[in-house]
Amino acid sequence: MGMFSDLWKGFKVTGSIGLRGLFGKGIVTTQYPKEMREKPVRFHGRHVLNRYPDGMEKCIGCELCAGACPARCIYVRGADNPPEDPQSPGERFGYVYEINMLRCIFCGLCVEACPTEAITMSHLFEMSVTNRSDAIHTKDELLMEKDGSVPHVYSEDPFADLSELDAADGWMRATSPSGVAAYEGEKMWQDTPGSASWEPEPDQETRDSPDG
Amino acid sequence: MDWIDLLLVAVRVVGVFVLLLLLTVVNIWMERKVVADMQSRLGPMRAGPWGILQTVADGLKLFFKEHITPRKVDLGAYLLAPFLAVVPAFLIFMMVPLGPGLEIGGRSLPLQGADLNIGLLFILAMSSMAVYAVVLAGWSSGSKYPLLGGVRATAQAISYEAAMGLAMVAVVMFSATAPGVDSGTLSLAEIVERQSGTWSGAVGFLDPVLGYIPRWNVFPQVVAFVIFFIAAVAETNRAPFDLVEAEQEIVGGFHTEYSGIRFAMFFLAEYINIFSMCAIAATLFLGGWNGPVWEGVVPGWMSAILPVVWLLLKSYVLVVVFFWIRATLPRLRYDQLMTLGWKRLIPLSMLWLVISTVVIGFRHFGLPFVG
Repeated sequence: MGMFSDLWKGFKVTGSIGLRGLFGKGIVTTQYPKEMREKPVRFHGRHVLNRYPDGMEKCIGCELCAGACPARCIYVRGADNPPEDPQSPGERFGYVYEINMLRCIFCGLCVEACPTEAITMSHLFEMSVTNRSDAIHTKDELLMEKDGSVPHVYSEDPFADLSELDAADGWMRATSPSGVAAYEGEKMWQDTPGSASWEPEPDQETRDSPDG
Repeated sequence: MDWIDLLLVAVRVVGVFVLLLLLTVVNIWMERKVVADMQSRLGPMRAGPWGILQTVADGLKLFFKEHITPRKVDLGAYLLAPFLAVVPAFLIFMMVPLGPGLEIGGRSLPLQGADLNIGLLFILAMSSMAVYAVVLAGWSSGSKYPLLGGVRATAQAISYEAAMGLAMVAVVMFSATAPGVDSGTLSLAEIVERQSGTWSGAVGFLDPVLGYIPRWNVFPQVVAFVIFFIAAVAETNRAPFDLVEAEQEIVGGFHTEYSGIRFAMFFLAEYINIFSMCAIAATLFLGGWNGPVWEGVVPGWMSAILPVVWLLLKSYVLVVVFFWIRATLPRLRYDQLMTLGWKRLIPLSMLWLVISTVVIGFRHFGLPFVG
């Protein structure tokens, strides 16, 4: 009779899930382009080059991101800031900044390597292109505007979720800076312009507590 | 028989044909939705409300797709096979009585494609014909995966048809003992009529309860019902007996080399067969169109269609069980399939046949050696 109880067990699983599904409960898939699932805070999406609240670029053209990249998809050339019109607060700025999205593996090592938090990852994940050269994102696409908004490649698409790029430094904010537990719960990142008002992630104990 | 009678026959046949096509369109959509629910998915949602037009869209797409005829096919058999699959599928459903006959202007209009007096034999014959389609398709494709699928189909059909036939014999024998009849019958309309009423009077001391239980064959013949149902799942090549078209092992099985409308015909035949098998199971075991019609309580036209509704309702309960099985059970291995067929179902159905024969004999003729 073991066979029959095993059969019954299986039928009970599909039957109960099916009944719940019949009333629209417990369905995990969504109507994708119309209905997006909520992405985790630390989602590794397309990169964004950030600015300081005063409009200066954060990137100083040091090429550490390019060095850290395991896929060798980042190409950076730095240049001296022109004294009459400085682009970044330091001596140099990122003159050329290109990421080949066909090679990028979205590991986030560039974000960890960046000394000025210039490059961070957003929640944008729809990056289909119709030819290979479009997959190489240049500074025009990556750099945020002075008001903190990021130009969206498919801004005319009715299904595009334009708020994905607002989470420009979401990954940075969700992580304890440098992985040092002592800084947990403290805001340790540099501000960006625009809607940059996320609270720091609470520390480990709060997160593990039942209501954290 | 004048031309009006001829017209009525044509109306009947076309009516059943159209009804079956509509039901099949709904069935395919329903299967996708039910299985999606059981897997926590949404299923088709885009074409029409809740994706109900998805099958229509798929059908149209297949209709306009290119036919690809592989170079090595045996052309005659290759072209014949899809028709050989669809035609028996339709013919099987013609046998199912959808309701009691109507009387219109002195002429009788049975709600049935055709009432053959050898209905059950015809069904068995046609369901065997459907296997020819699979075998021919597999053999004529000139490619190894379809051939494997076709070879599997032969063995599977032979093993499960035997069990199915034996289960049917038990039902035929039982319905020969219904009150007020003196012989058995193979006509499905007759078998349904003999299931009307309740069980009152069948077993003396249980009478107060039996008066409320409809006189369906499933109650005394429950073992035959289970055997018939399992064999029906195997006959229609459905999961977990879908070795004939096992995607993971042999691509599409017998229909690997078919495309466009020819593939659609195999697909259509499979779903028609599912519904026919469920309708036949409902007819043989669940009282067919029998059910309360509340004559005089509801309007006359409603009483007239209620039997059809009852039959569809009973069939759909079984169809959902088909889908439920598909969503739950993994495919059987080939030796498990053969073991279940030859070592379990056939001996069990034979044993059941003997037991029910003996019991029916005792009830009918009394105990031997007594008086």
